[in-house]
Amino acid sequence: MNWKWDMFFEAFPIILEGIGVTIGLTFACYLFALLFGFVWTLLRRIKFKPVNWLVTWIMEFIRSTPPLVQLFFIFYAWPMVPGIGVTLSPFTSAILGLGIHFSTYIGEVYRSGIEGVEKGQWEASTALNFSTTQKWTKIILPQAIPPTIPMLGNYLIIMFKEVPLASTIGVVGILSLAETYGANNFRYLEAYTIVAIIFLVLSYPSAILINKLEKKMNRRFHKKAALQESKGAVI
Amino acid sequence: MTESVKEKSHQHQTNHDTKPIVEYNNVHKSFGDVNVLNGINLDIMPGEKVALIGPSGSGKTTIIRMLMTLEQPTSGEIIVDGQNLWHMEKNGKLVPANEKHLREVRGNIGMVFQHFNLFPHMTILQNCMTAPIHVQKEDKESAKKRSIEMLEKVGLGDKIDNYPSQLSGGQKQRVAMARALVMRPKIMLFDEVTSALDPELVGEVLEVIRDIAREGEMAMVLVTHEMDFALDIADRVIFLDNGVIAEQGSPTEVLEKSDNERLQQFLHRFRN
Repeated sequence: MNWKWDMFFEAFPIILEGIGVTIGLTFACYLFALLFGFVWTLLRRIKFKPVNWLVTWIMEFIRSTPPLVQLFFIFYAWPMVPGIGVTLSPFTSAILGLGIHFSTYIGEVYRSGIEGVEKGQWEASTALNFSTTQKWTKIILPQAIPPTIPMLGNYLIIMFKEVPLASTIGVVGILSLAETYGANNFRYLEAYTIVAIIFLVLSYPSAILINKLEKKMNRRFHKKAALQESKGAVI
Repeated sequence: MTESVKEKSHQHQTNHDTKPIVEYNNVHKSFGDVNVLNGINLDIMPGEKVALIGPSGSGKTTIIRMLMTLEQPTSGEIIVDGQNLWHMEKNGKLVPANEKHLREVRGNIGMVFQHFNLFPHMTILQNCMTAPIHVQKEDKESAKKRSIEMLEKVGLGDKIDNYPSQLSGGQKQRVAMARALVMRPKIMLFDEVTSALDPELVGEVLEVIRDIAREGEMAMVLVTHEMDFALDIADRVIFLDNGVIAEQGSPTEVLEKSDNERLQQFLHRFRN
């Protein structure tokens, strides 16, 4: 089989049509994971031992099983569970499946951020008599979140690359369209090359962007002083 | 020095017939199997300046951390301005305090820490303003005005827009004091506030504490290793050993006249 440019150019716009679904699904899963990750973080902070063990165990279970298996379970198996089984659309199943899977990682990112805030910050905010909510919103989270932003960005890119898994349960993103195009025209080489190019073009610059963001965050957070000093705000 | 001692004894007498602002009644504290405090009974009068001294591990920091509600006593009670700190009344019974009760009583108390614990994401002005605005619901303008005044008082009026990381240790500690003072506490706790400082910066911090002490109306409890300083500003010095009050009295009584053997050992180590 040889490479045919005319097929390449014919297939490109057809496959590119799926980009909206692919990106849309990425962001939907990501948003879900960001929110649900927070739920894990909160649950893990419960001091009652049995709850803590249970939550830790569930998170471990979710992380140790492949996302593809989870997708299949939610889409094909769950509807058959008596009583609580529900049939979900492919798109919703994908959001749930990938979203829950990645939320366990994101929960860990939040946790590392929160644990990175010194104990003295909690004590000072108690001494100043802040309410529990105020401690979180005014003191702890503003310090815990910025260092996690690069890590969260990395997960966005990782998720973007996992989203094609959803084509296996019928979400029509770029991979599904390439598959269909390839099957109809027997031109798999061009079709899948296009998919690879699209992913590369989107994730590589994003990775660079996040790298830059990480450097900027480090500077901003640890060397805020140094920066200002160089501007002339001398001690 | 003699003059300030006279001043202090005078102050002590005027407070003599009023009610204590803080009472510890038979307070015990253990961490796991380790008994840190073994029955502390202590009354602190409004405006009184108390210095807590003792070897490390004697429990002096734990005493003030319990008052700041950072540690919970294992048994016994602490009364702050007539209110039970760790317990509250519910249906005629004493039950463990909830957060609401703790916040109500805690409002009387301020604390300065060994490691400053300034909020690194805020300027030093914001460090001072944030609690009056959000906790005491003071309006922003007046909180700002008072915070600036307080920062000027501790000698940092020209640094209000700097971040904590731009300050020296001594300056940070002075900000921490201003931040606690804007809350107008009735009791101020100082937890080894000069221990983390370079020796040449200790003086400026002690100077500020001395100024605060001179104003008089606030009770102060200082956990300190600065004996001369304790002698200078305290109305009463308390020596803790093995989780109990082993000796207490006026600074001269404790630091110069006591014949408590453990205290002598302790002081001896300091003077050499």
